[in-house]
Amino acid sequence: MTAISAASSPVATSERSPLPWPRWLLIVGVHVALVVVWQAAVEIFKIHPFFLPSPVAMIRSLAKAEYAWFSNSIVTAQEIVGGYLASTVIGIGLALLFYWSRSLTAAAFPLFVTLNMIPKVALGPLIIMWLKYGVFANILIAFSMCIFPVLLNTLRGLREVEPDLLDLVRSLKGNRWQLFVKIQLPGSLPYIFSGLKVAAILAVAGAIVGEFLASDRGLGYLMVQAQNQLDTAAMMMAIVILTFIGVGVYLATVIVERFVTVNVRDDGL
Amino acid sequence: MNSLVRPTPSLPQSEALIKLKQLRKSYGRGGKQFLAVSEVSMDIEEGAFVTIVGPSGCGKTTVLKILAGLHEADGGTFEFRPSFNGGPQDINVGMVFQQPLLLKWRTVLENVVLPAEILHLPKKKAVERAHHLLEIVGLKGSEDKYPHELSGGMQQRAAIARALIHDPKLLLMDEPFGALDALTRERLNLELLDIWRETGKTIVLVTHGIQEAIFLGSHCAVFTAGPARMADYFKVDLPYPRSLEMKTSPEFGECVKKVYGLLGMK
Repeated sequence: MTAISAASSPVATSERSPLPWPRWLLIVGVHVALVVVWQAAVEIFKIHPFFLPSPVAMIRSLAKAEYAWFSNSIVTAQEIVGGYLASTVIGIGLALLFYWSRSLTAAAFPLFVTLNMIPKVALGPLIIMWLKYGVFANILIAFSMCIFPVLLNTLRGLREVEPDLLDLVRSLKGNRWQLFVKIQLPGSLPYIFSGLKVAAILAVAGAIVGEFLASDRGLGYLMVQAQNQLDTAAMMMAIVILTFIGVGVYLATVIVERFVTVNVRDDGL
Repeated sequence: MNSLVRPTPSLPQSEALIKLKQLRKSYGRGGKQFLAVSEVSMDIEEGAFVTIVGPSGCGKTTVLKILAGLHEADGGTFEFRPSFNGGPQDINVGMVFQQPLLLKWRTVLENVVLPAEILHLPKKKAVERAHHLLEIVGLKGSEDKYPHELSGGMQQRAAIARALIHDPKLLLMDEPFGALDALTRERLNLELLDIWRETGKTIVLVTHGIQEAIFLGSHCAVFTAGPARMADYFKVDLPYPRSLEMKTSPEFGECVKKVYGLLGMK
């Protein structure tokens, strides 16, 4: 049918890459290329490892047992995932509460807007003072950074409903619950997930900030140790692992999104 | 579903399905009152195709929303024939808007049965009826497609099927073809007349296309803005079935001229 091909063709052209390779190959390719160029540059120009260690040197630092890479990584991953999940549950929960109660929104929402203005990093020392440093305090710091994008995006998604669609449901004497379940909740999913993707990135920052402030475990703690020994390779390796954890959380979000929103896609995405 | 082909809806002259008398509605509170519409008087017979034409801000959509029970008039009377409101759940209106407003996470079929779900109608029957309606609107074979796979005209056809799923007596359409290109619009005009004939629904359609209002309507109400009021309500003296050729006839031209006159456009 011509109508269909006409409608889908602009999407196809915008997704097609200008190079003749598949997209995944391109993604892997540029990353590998960066590592290769980096390694070559360090060797050719004899760059001092204090300034820029080679990728190989970074990987070699994994062998140093005193850094306890695995257990430290697990601790940080726990903090990231914990903060992220807590913000998901509480952020979406609060958004639903705000959506259902207009008086609560009127009273509490301005407060949340102000709270959102606080630079969350500055809360770190307070949280650690109150809770004593450790995994739980760092989860809370990560949570404080993640919750607002989740809350605000979910709320926006729930409120964004075509007025005519509202009229349609009302003309059928449909109740608010039906409107919520059949139209607003599924319609808000793309907003919720875009909030969660931002949260996935912020959770990593929150956890590592907490560890920098005070900790005896985790990749942040490891980095401070490595810094004291001027071990640039280990510090950079920690950042790489941290990035991988963040990517993991982000990808998990994307996979869940694909699964949940089979056809709820924003026209712009 | 009535599959009988209905002739021009001029059969029962007895009692109108809907009676509007000196209907008026204004918005705003206190000092800042804004008159949305006034002086709306019309008898809508069962099976009639009433078109409401007028410029933006003349209150066309307001009347439609009053008919849908979404707004209340604050002057005049508005009554349905007593037997009219006795149906199951009292739901007797179907609505079509300028945008199709299909839910993008539902297939065409799932979109069409949405009102039936809201009304808790038996699912199996609703699905059967949806298949039948999709056939009527020319979307047979597209039941399992998603809205983004359809063209604008096809989406609007699905929206019409959705409005008819609970078998309402009254179909309310708010500039349903306003967002479509001119040719698709003409084709859908013809199809809508077929759907009307096939289903025997009473239709109230709002448009700002004068030609469209005359071409579709058995009756035409002309609204003017500033002040927002109904200027006239008249029977369109053109026979059904209507063809695009009729648009070039002198009778059609007379009707169009009359509307231009009422709107003060010469």
